[in-house]
Amino acid sequence: MSKNKSEYLINRHDNQYEVVIGLEVHAQVTSESKLFSTSATKFGAEPNTQVSLVDAAFPGMLPVINEYCVKQAIKTGIGLKAKINKRSVFDRKNYFYADLPQGYQISQFKNPIVGEGKVILDMPDGQKEVGIERLHLEQDAGKSIHDLDPKNTFVDLNRSGVALMEIVSKPDLRSPDEVNAYIKKLRSIMRYLGTCDGNMQEGSLRADVNVSVRKKGSKEFGTRCEIKNVNSIKFMQMAIEYEANRQVDLIEDGQTIDQETRLFDTKKNETRSMRSKEDAHDYRYFPDPDLLPLEVSDDFIENLKSEIPELPDEKKKRFIEKFKLSPYEANILVSDIETSNYFENVIKKSDVKLATNWIIGELFAALNEKNLEITESPISAGNLSKLINLIKDGTISGKIAKTVFEQMMEGDKDPQKIVEEKGLKQESDPKALEALIDKVIDDNRDKATEYKSGKVKLFGFFVGQVMKVSGGKANPQLVNEILKKKL
Amino acid sequence: MSEVIKQSLSELVENIKSKKLSSSEVTKAFVERSEKSKELNAYITEDYANALNKAKKFDEKPNLDLKLPGIPMAVKDLFCTKDLRTTAGSKILNNFVPTYESTVTQNIWNEGAILMGKLNCDEFAMGSSNETSFFGNVQNPIDKNLVPGGSSGGSSSAVAAQLTPITIGTDTGGSIRQPSSFTGTVGLKPTYGSCSRYGIVAFASSLDQAGPMAQNVKDCALLQEVISTYDEKDSTSIDFKRNEYSKELTKDIKGKKIGIPKEYRVDGMPKEIEDLWKKGIEYAKDCGAEIIDISLPHTNYALPTYYIVAPAEASSNLARYDGVKYGFRAEGENLIDMYEKTRSEGFGAEVQRRIMIGTYVLSSGYYDAYYLKAQKVRKLIKNDFDDAYNKVDAILTPSTPSSAFKIGEKTNDPVSMYLNDIFTVPVNLAGLPGISIPAGHDAKGYPLGLQIIGKAFDEQNILNIAYAMEEKINFKNNITDWWIK
Repeated sequence: MSKNKSEYLINRHDNQYEVVIGLEVHAQVTSESKLFSTSATKFGAEPNTQVSLVDAAFPGMLPVINEYCVKQAIKTGIGLKAKINKRSVFDRKNYFYADLPQGYQISQFKNPIVGEGKVILDMPDGQKEVGIERLHLEQDAGKSIHDLDPKNTFVDLNRSGVALMEIVSKPDLRSPDEVNAYIKKLRSIMRYLGTCDGNMQEGSLRADVNVSVRKKGSKEFGTRCEIKNVNSIKFMQMAIEYEANRQVDLIEDGQTIDQETRLFDTKKNETRSMRSKEDAHDYRYFPDPDLLPLEVSDDFIENLKSEIPELPDEKKKRFIEKFKLSPYEANILVSDIETSNYFENVIKKSDVKLATNWIIGELFAALNEKNLEITESPISAGNLSKLINLIKDGTISGKIAKTVFEQMMEGDKDPQKIVEEKGLKQESDPKALEALIDKVIDDNRDKATEYKSGKVKLFGFFVGQVMKVSGGKANPQLVNEILKKKL
Repeated sequence: MSEVIKQSLSELVENIKSKKLSSSEVTKAFVERSEKSKELNAYITEDYANALNKAKKFDEKPNLDLKLPGIPMAVKDLFCTKDLRTTAGSKILNNFVPTYESTVTQNIWNEGAILMGKLNCDEFAMGSSNETSFFGNVQNPIDKNLVPGGSSGGSSSAVAAQLTPITIGTDTGGSIRQPSSFTGTVGLKPTYGSCSRYGIVAFASSLDQAGPMAQNVKDCALLQEVISTYDEKDSTSIDFKRNEYSKELTKDIKGKKIGIPKEYRVDGMPKEIEDLWKKGIEYAKDCGAEIIDISLPHTNYALPTYYIVAPAEASSNLARYDGVKYGFRAEGENLIDMYEKTRSEGFGAEVQRRIMIGTYVLSSGYYDAYYLKAQKVRKLIKNDFDDAYNKVDAILTPSTPSSAFKIGEKTNDPVSMYLNDIFTVPVNLAGLPGISIPAGHDAKGYPLGLQIIGKAFDEQNILNIAYAMEEKINFKNNITDWWIK
């Protein structure tokens, strides 16, 4: 495997292979109710408690489009800098399965609601643009549960009819790392927009991964395999790695690759054939006669545009220009909307440079250790801001601040109070410090003599001693100055 | 006052409103007559006891401001009725009891009518003779050996035999107008989008429309006024200004331009039909209408187009009957086996035939040649009508190419059965309103109907023309009550 910059290549004998990846991401639309019915969409509800007659496909029941879901899809399209199609058509995708009550899924086949767009990835060696082919709205199916009974399969229709956005990328991705960056960026954009919560554990974001390989420099695409329904970034990366190597091995062995649908076995870390192209379903797509074509006006789209918040790319640009952050820092702080909101709240009343360092450094480490999200942080943005101001105005040293921070992590306490209660205020009175320093020099006569005879390295020892004796409260800058004079 | 069951809907409404009759008296009369008429097999499910109870309740506190005060009514078994079995004439829904009510029937009950039971029909409304029903064929009260037409055959038979003062059917390719024509009654297929499809078991979604079936045009107008409402629960329902059709009904059609499409003179059409049409033209002239020859050039392609579009939609609409959620389920070794057995045993031959045709025309490799082409031709057929309506206000044609045929006569010849819809299907494909009125008898004494086709949303106009012509035609149905022993 070559790791020349971020280039991901597979080496076999004298050949180098490039991996070509395209993703079909299924993102659950954030919406109180389903795409064509008024049923609730809460995660984790008791089986079959969020099912309407429409979702269960009772005779004579008809779908009625949920306008909110349409708005969400268009907003997502705007976030992907994509073309919004003023006229789109819902089609029926016909197939039989026990958890598909209608016997067809309502989807958009020929005329999706959103056309071509793009996503910008920040890779270690620069930016990369990934093309979006389309975004369309469709219904989710129910869930078949096979392991509750030895003979029977149970069906839970809570998900049946839930709105999904299928976001299809162009085959522009070239490595598992790019896939990781792509999914994270897509998720970030949708979370900024509030159109998908991106929760992969709850199945709000899954992807079908198309993988092919070709000799480096080749312009032709190889035959691709589609790995169905992978529900974590890690599994996507593992599946791609396995699948790409499998394909390279076949080619090196003089064999051809069959276009097929494969499954990723997370336990064995391998992909397995699910069905070949010949066995592919004939879905018999045709326009759903129960629904009229979906038409939206320019005004409708313009109104939605005015609701779009500042998105990560724009926010990053602003952070760099206005706050002089490095691209690295900006990337971290804009990666999700909650972090960027937190950051902006902290810097409202405190120093940007210190805030950046404290958030990216101490806060992230502490949250990580406690396995908390930024929204669950025990330290509010306001209190972190106060802590930073205490450092900035010299009330406490950076070292003491860490102690205060640790206490704040135990509950949202006002840093000012902690400093007062525990007497942690920095000692900046020169007279008090002089007395302290005199005592230290006195106690370490021999070392002082050594210092004076040229062993200047011992200066650090004296600083340390003074800090120790002061319980860390001595103002380090003043200690330095006075020590220099006294020694 | 004539015998209750012989009264038209309008007379019954008047008599109940003026308290000359109670709902109980009326309901009892129709229930008794229905009970004596089991041989016709018009009902699939009877609900007489409930109907009599409801009538009693109505009489205790009668609301006489309603449009159908205490009027008993049986409806086609394609409409879902809350707490009353709804089968669509199929074994696969043999045990299905909805927990909900169709919008059209709800509109009827809201105006005070009372449900007596569910009327027989071809399975999933697929048929022109009521012979595909799982619950057996229905007899035409005109003659014991005749089919009542289809798919609303139970409805036409029940109205003609006066088991119900009025009823509703559904019309996908002629399923209201053809049985009305076969039984000497009046049937209206409204404009697509006029009546909500919510709660009606779907056959072909882009063609299905509910409509009234009655003894006369005025009753038909009154019922249309009740059932036609804009409904947000049906995305294809259209929000347009609906008339009070019965109030605005007039026989004054002077100067109305009525088109006669030459393409409806089909090869092999019996002379009796040709003569009926000529007579119809004369009646229309007598009413003061102006007759204009028109052309609907793509008429020839309507039937093949219909038999691609309708089965395509049906093949998908009927996929939900899989034995998993409700209705009939056959035991199987596994999921696929259960599906196959359930659907093989649950659906009859005609339904299976149409599912197969529909699946075929939507299959990859055939979609463009069949379904897509059919959609294009459908547009051309609609354009034909649009062009014609630049010149005329309505179009007059025969309703069917023959009078009612014999039971069993066409069951082994599906194409000949399909040909029965030749004059009615273009109207569904174009989404237009059409009404069939009885206009005469053939040599055997069987009734024959004329069809008046209108512009979209112009139900009032065709009802007016039908109303005026009805008076001139002065049709009398010849029913002998042969089935009552």
